[in-house]
Amino acid sequence: MFGLNKKDGLLFLVVIAITLLAPFLLNPFPENSGMAQFNAGYPDLLQRFAIYGIFAIGFNILFGLTGYLSFGHAAFLGVGSYAAVWMFKLFTYNVVPAIAFAMIVAAIFSVLIGYISLRRSGIYFAILTLAFAQMSFALAYSVLSNPKFNLTNGETGLQVYSNDPQMFHRDGLPNLPHIFGLSVRASYELELGGWSFTFNVGYYLCALIMLIAFYFAIRLFRSPFGMMLRAIKSNNTRMTYTGLNAKPYALAAFVISGMYAGLAGGLLAAMDPLAGAERMFWTASGEVVLMTILGGAGTLIGPVLGAGLIKYMENIVSKINDNVLHQWFAFLPDGMEDFMVTIIHPFVGKGWNLTLGMIFVLVVIFLPGGLVEGGQRIARLFTGKKARAAEKSSQSTPAE
Amino acid sequence: MSKSNFTRRGVLKTSAIAGAGVALPTIFTASSAAAYTNEPTGSTVTLGFNVPQTGPYADEGNDELLAQQLAVEHLNGKGDGGCLNTFTSKALKGNGILGKKVEFVTGDTQTKSDAARASAKSMIEKDGAIMINGGSSSGVAVAVQGLCQEAGIVFMAGLTHSNDTTGKDRKANGFRHFFNAYMSAAALAPVLAKEFGTDRKTYHLTADYTWGWTQEESIKAATEAMGWETVNAVKTPLAATDFSSYIAPVLNSGADVLVLNHYGGNMINSLTNAVQFGLLDKQVNGKDFQIVVPLYSELMAAGAGENIKGVLGSMNYNWQLDNAGSKAFVKSFGEKYGKPPSNSAQTCYAQVLLYADACERAGTFNPCGVGDALEGFEFDGLGNGPTLYRADDHQCFKDVLVVRGAQNPTNQYDTLEIVEKTPVEQVTYPPDHPMFGGKDASLGECNPGA
Repeated sequence: MFGLNKKDGLLFLVVIAITLLAPFLLNPFPENSGMAQFNAGYPDLLQRFAIYGIFAIGFNILFGLTGYLSFGHAAFLGVGSYAAVWMFKLFTYNVVPAIAFAMIVAAIFSVLIGYISLRRSGIYFAILTLAFAQMSFALAYSVLSNPKFNLTNGETGLQVYSNDPQMFHRDGLPNLPHIFGLSVRASYELELGGWSFTFNVGYYLCALIMLIAFYFAIRLFRSPFGMMLRAIKSNNTRMTYTGLNAKPYALAAFVISGMYAGLAGGLLAAMDPLAGAERMFWTASGEVVLMTILGGAGTLIGPVLGAGLIKYMENIVSKINDNVLHQWFAFLPDGMEDFMVTIIHPFVGKGWNLTLGMIFVLVVIFLPGGLVEGGQRIARLFTGKKARAAEKSSQSTPAE
Repeated sequence: MSKSNFTRRGVLKTSAIAGAGVALPTIFTASSAAAYTNEPTGSTVTLGFNVPQTGPYADEGNDELLAQQLAVEHLNGKGDGGCLNTFTSKALKGNGILGKKVEFVTGDTQTKSDAARASAKSMIEKDGAIMINGGSSSGVAVAVQGLCQEAGIVFMAGLTHSNDTTGKDRKANGFRHFFNAYMSAAALAPVLAKEFGTDRKTYHLTADYTWGWTQEESIKAATEAMGWETVNAVKTPLAATDFSSYIAPVLNSGADVLVLNHYGGNMINSLTNAVQFGLLDKQVNGKDFQIVVPLYSELMAAGAGENIKGVLGSMNYNWQLDNAGSKAFVKSFGEKYGKPPSNSAQTCYAQVLLYADACERAGTFNPCGVGDALEGFEFDGLGNGPTLYRADDHQCFKDVLVVRGAQNPTNQYDTLEIVEKTPVEQVTYPPDHPMFGGKDASLGECNPGA
């Protein structure tokens, strides 16, 4: 179905189901319970899951298939955001042209950066991309934001002001990004007993685009082009000796991956019309590498899971403060309560990076294939016979 | 649609109905019955404290958080009541806000506009926060202020010193208690003229971003107006940690005053470099060389240590201020946390109390009502002396402190001494001042959201 084989089709259906039902699935706890802290089903975070999912899927097309580790992918995300906000400022708040423009600009950028960076491979490629990303960051942060020529508005971030031209904006349209008149902030609240679920236009827009992006990635993974990219990963030199010029393939993968990042950047701006230079900082580039490795590089669903985990940690674990901890352990005697709070304190709230780091170390040591491998191992526990088949298939296609 | 039959079939049915609702945009946007975003309906009200807990300003952020927790304690009638006893408005009774117990949620801005907006959004969308307070950078403040305007939430800015926050980026839902670069310049200029004379040549080193530029612009305008000459103004990258290469040219430029438009780690490093180069021991044009740091903070002073001795700068508040409000606040804060409050802690504490008081006086949490109550509000007893919340741009006007690095500090907190309290008249400017967006700047309409 959809031109996919049975296994991929099933995976795609599962992903569709999860994305569409995410507002339910991620809000498993009633609103007034103590566990509501762990609910992640609010629009902003759901949008981020989908957007960073797209970003990681795109990164995985480059890293997972060709093995080229780009350490500056956030530059394309940032460029996409700036492009989208400029569309908002100059023409219209409608998100469709903004997202399209974001992808085009990111594509142009990635052709330029890719053409130069792909002359080298391995660590040199990573450093080149990192250098370009840091250059873009510096340009956006100060050089291109001086009062005379203000393209990026520097530290404050590019925003839409009421005195911007917005040529195609008219009264009656929402004064926020919208999709043909329907504001992306519009939400529908559903109260069910103690539960409260929010269905948000912006999220479903992101989810739909993510599904398209995911479908495109599956087709690309299974295509002859994808096979060629895997060949680059397994042995680039041998490819060259067979008389095949691998560079255009690598460049094409780089540009596709850059356009995914631009799409993600455009969507970020569409959900929240502000583009900041930090989006291009090298830590943001590192984040997408973490997402991909954490979830499972080269797998289809892995990067999306990794993106979800990191964004969950960043937004949920970072908000657990001492007050919340005291509430949790209130049932313990005073001394014990303080003791427990002291022990957990370094790992939550501002220590969320520490917890994430530990998870990353554990995953890399015990589950080199990322969360996807963890899932496979659990599945193997339950199905004895299929186990060997799964193992066999995972051995024969290491790039997956 | 609040059926409570939570069975599988029930969920399926209801989600089908919800799906139908999604298809109809008119129902869709008008689905909320609340009068404004996050109207508190239970017995509690939630405030959102969005401060940098990681990153370069983490120390300031944590100090802000301590002050915010203290404010919540006082609002709920615990502790010694702090400034509630000295505040000139007596609307607050120590029983929460409008009878609702005050609760709070916290978030980490990471001193990044993006992360700050994400955490503010999660507080608004998930935790139902009705007001956002805190922050330690102007970029973040402007970004979060814009978000709160769109979402229909009140934003009570924390530490933000750029002119833009209540200048060209001012918003009807945003309020700033902290002072700004223009006020720093206006307060410093007369003191500089008195101390160093009116015939000086300045050299600026400026952090290359929004705040740095507005600060440089303000200081230049104020010093040039009193007869000083600006020799050169050099932008330094924000990420720079070694400023030697920027300091060396100062010596040969003929300038005799160095102005460091730096903050946080930048300022600590550039000042340390300047002192190491022996600038302060030099004589240029027959005068002693001087260094000025327009925006000071306690944490920076502590970081720069010995080097700040005798260096002039300005502050919004200092714990040594001798008035009833300041004393009450320092006592509360000191007893609870064992140290005096910083500049940034005080502004956040004051902002939380001001918000709560405005809600009480307005009788509602509606951002428009709260805005009306804050606009043109005159008060005293929060530590800064008599203060006005100006209606035109939502900026507080109060005396500004000119401070100097203490020559003989008696303890580790006694790093700065107050040179002068510049009266408010001297630092007041018209709301359409060109440095504040001129005639184009407008607050826009207050937005209650939903």
